[in-house]
Amino acid sequence: MTISPGDFDYISKLVVERSAIVLEPGKEYLVESRMRSLLQETHCPSIRELVQKMVREPNGDLKNKVVDAMTTNETSFFRDLHPFEAMKNVVIPDLLKKRESTRQLNLWCGASSRGQEPYSVAMMLLENFPQLTTWKVHYVASDISEKMLARCREGIYSQLEVNRGLPAPLLVKYFDHRATKWQIKDNIRKWVDFKQINLASHWPHLPRMDIVFMRNVLIYFDPPMKKIILGKIRQILKPDGYLFLGAAETTLNLDDAFQRMDIKQSGCYRLREGQAHPSREPASV
Amino acid sequence: MKALIIDDSRTIRQLLSRILHECGWEVVEAGHGQEALEVLAANSDCRLALVDWNMPVMNGLEFVRSVRGEDKHTDMRIMMVTTENDTSNIILALEAGANEYVMKPFNRDVIEKKIALLGLTAA
Ligand SMILES: C[S@@+](CC[C@H](N)C(=O)[O-])C[C@H]1O[C@@H](n2cnc3c(N)ncnc32)[C@H](O)[C@@H]1O
Repeated sequence: MTISPGDFDYISKLVVERSAIVLEPGKEYLVESRMRSLLQETHCPSIRELVQKMVREPNGDLKNKVVDAMTTNETSFFRDLHPFEAMKNVVIPDLLKKRESTRQLNLWCGASSRGQEPYSVAMMLLENFPQLTTWKVHYVASDISEKMLARCREGIYSQLEVNRGLPAPLLVKYFDHRATKWQIKDNIRKWVDFKQINLASHWPHLPRMDIVFMRNVLIYFDPPMKKIILGKIRQILKPDGYLFLGAAETTLNLDDAFQRMDIKQSGCYRLREGQAHPSREPASV
Repeated sequence: MKALIIDDSRTIRQLLSRILHECGWEVVEAGHGQEALEVLAANSDCRLALVDWNMPVMNGLEFVRSVRGEDKHTDMRIMMVTTENDTSNIILALEAGANEYVMKPFNRDVIEKKIALLGLTAA
């Protein structure tokens, strides 16, 4: 399978426009390899066909799929917005009430990429729920890639990265401008405990979680592995905890213990009654 | 929905205009702040203004101050789109009444995400 210059041009333009990831000439091999499973999934015989299909159906879902396949580390501040709205309006207010007696919250972001997602959550929490600074908040963020984790810990972003999805008032409040880059301030950075975890392998001990973010990473696994991961999340999620998946992801036909919440495009799930794992710690702390 | 693009560079106006069209917006344009005030007077249904900073006759900051100083167009969201990237300038623009801020260079994705932050999505 080889890609023609015209088709490579089409795909790289699409990808840069939608994700800001630049595919320079020379990256043809990358497009070819990433398109392989998408061709199978969409029953397209060739990249040529795939591109023609996108040209024929410019508003179809295929463009999103191509972009997703090309952007392994793709992320942005407040990506998709809706999950963060759901947290602000529903999830955190609920947990603040339920955890009033212990004043403790455990959060986990399971595919942190370059850090935009965990830092978005942290900024949202500080902005809207300043009382949490007196709570015991254990916030773990993990990724398989040490390279990504190093970037997370550093918390330095390019102008393009802070342009994408980060509200300007938060930029000036929570970042320091250093020459051409922007660095997240220490009070946010120190909040998040970055760890390396391969979701597809053994997980280290994690506390039982109130909120798990597992967004835009299940898409890279086959159904059996998705089931295993969702099953493990079920074990570490508190019975009344919340799980967030990416916009293109679902638990449907994978794990019936989860129920999608009816909050606008938030990708937010809870465990059905009686589906929580018997607690390893004293129940309902 | 209608948007007003204010930039002295025709190239930038064309670029922004193309992006907004693709997102379903109707677009009117102006080459500087003074002209923009006139365009706005004739197009009071603008829901969004994209405003460059450095322009002849009336610059972007002056435009924002002028619009926000009146009782009109209070619903219109203002987004600076400029090469100015100092924290102090961003704060200045926000304090003057801009709602969002994009630092050039940008692309369609940047603009789309910012518009979503403003709670504006074209039909
Ligand atoms: C598309 S990004 C998602 C980032 C963020 N959650 C978001 O939604 O914007 C996917 C991330 O998953 C990570 N990843 C891929 N395979 C993984 C695995 N087996 N275990 C943990 N992380 C993995 C990649 O390193 C990448 O940073």
